Amino acid sequence: MAEIVAIDREGEEHRIEATPGWSVMEIIRENDLPIEAACGGCCACATCHVYVDPEWLARLEPASDEEDRMLDEAYQVQENSRLSCQIPFREDLDGLKVTLAPEF
Amino acid sequence: MNDVAARTEPIRTDMVIVGAGPVGLFAVFEAGLLNMKCHLVDNLDRIGGQCAELYPDKPIYDIPAVPVCTGEGLTELLMNQIRPFEPTFHLSQQAERLERLEDRRWRLVTSTGTVLEAPVVVIAAGAGSFVPRRLPLPGAEAREGRSLFYAVRKMEDFRGKDLLIAGGGDSALDWTLNLQPVARRLALVHRRPDFRAAPDSVARMHELVEAGEVALHIGQISGLHGSDAELEGVTIKSPQGEALVPCDTLLAFYGLKMELGPLAGWGLELEKDLIKVDTATFETNLPGVFAIGDIITYPGKLKLILSGFHESALMSQKAFKYCFPDQKLVFRYTTSSTDLHKKLGVA
Repeated sequence: MAEIVAIDREGEEHRIEATPGWSVMEIIRENDLPIEAACGGCCACATCHVYVDPEWLARLEPASDEEDRMLDEAYQVQENSRLSCQIPFREDLDGLKVTLAPEF
Repeated sequence: MNDVAARTEPIRTDMVIVGAGPVGLFAVFEAGLLNMKCHLVDNLDRIGGQCAELYPDKPIYDIPAVPVCTGEGLTELLMNQIRPFEPTFHLSQQAERLERLEDRRWRLVTSTGTVLEAPVVVIAAGAGSFVPRRLPLPGAEAREGRSLFYAVRKMEDFRGKDLLIAGGGDSALDWTLNLQPVARRLALVHRRPDFRAAPDSVARMHELVEAGEVALHIGQISGLHGSDAELEGVTIKSPQGEALVPCDTLLAFYGLKMELGPLAGWGLELEKDLIKVDTATFETNLPGVFAIGDIITYPGKLKLILSGFHESALMSQKAFKYCFPDQKLVFRYTTSSTDLHKKLGVA
């Protein structure tokens, strides 16, 4: 079973089952972690903002221009900021570590 | 009651709909077929709800019999469909208070003082009202309306100010261009060198920067300085480090977010910020107050536009009884009923 490691806003680590083909946002949301994802995953808001562990960052497809534009509506954007709805989970991302960004 | 509300004559109608998104719009159609006139209230400055604000250009593929349309396109189609019923829109105002009148009708008062009275209120508020995203920094709340603003009401408010505008979209750029001649000094801060605003506005902003009329800072605001409600400057953080930028007024445009807002205090039975309804009628625990669309919950609920359409049809049947208690309701199809054809303006 593949999994991702999601760190919530209190710093608690959650190891959660990850289904390939789902977006990281969907994996987090379906495990009842507090992620708003207001637009439902169509890259039209920035409420699924996460920080990707730097060790994993290079293994992801880079953010599209559209995603980068939407990140303008996020808060405390860092080099490793991503919208989790725009990260499709794959088998080889087993263990991917992300931190939920502050709510905005 | 505030001054504005006290001065405003109540508008009497059959149905007040809170939310002018797709589901609120289609409720006008279903209500109209049953002779109910509608007034709609929305905090956005335009019709369409999330379809207008979040995904005007994104494709939608699951509207029955419409293989593909955009959020904006769907809004236009619905507006065409409901035109015969002449709905009235009250935009840029939030549904603030809901009160029961002695004659059992409802009074809804908006944030700008519009007073609407009707036997039926329908809440089609989606994920809540769109409100400006506020800076989650210490001291931001105390400064709001004093030295920190999220919208421009009057340009004169900014005359002679040492103004900092934050954001990279159309609002931030438009106000940079419009307020530059008014402010004593104007700076713009955005987290990256690229702007998503209209290219023409961006080009004009860059001209002002070249001319030394506007200062441009790349980074994110990480701290507010000054005593109490006053602002003396902000810290701007970038990969290069932190810089203190002096200013006495901050105008921040970080887009809109959705929040439940005042309706949370109306006495509705809620479950995780969603309104509980009777699925036979889509009535809430308050008699005559209905709720449809994304804002409701019931076993099996799916947040789909098409579900909201269905909910609006069932809601209208019971709403009719509140509006016309002495009339019998006969169920008819638009295909065959000459009476409905007249209402639709096709007879």
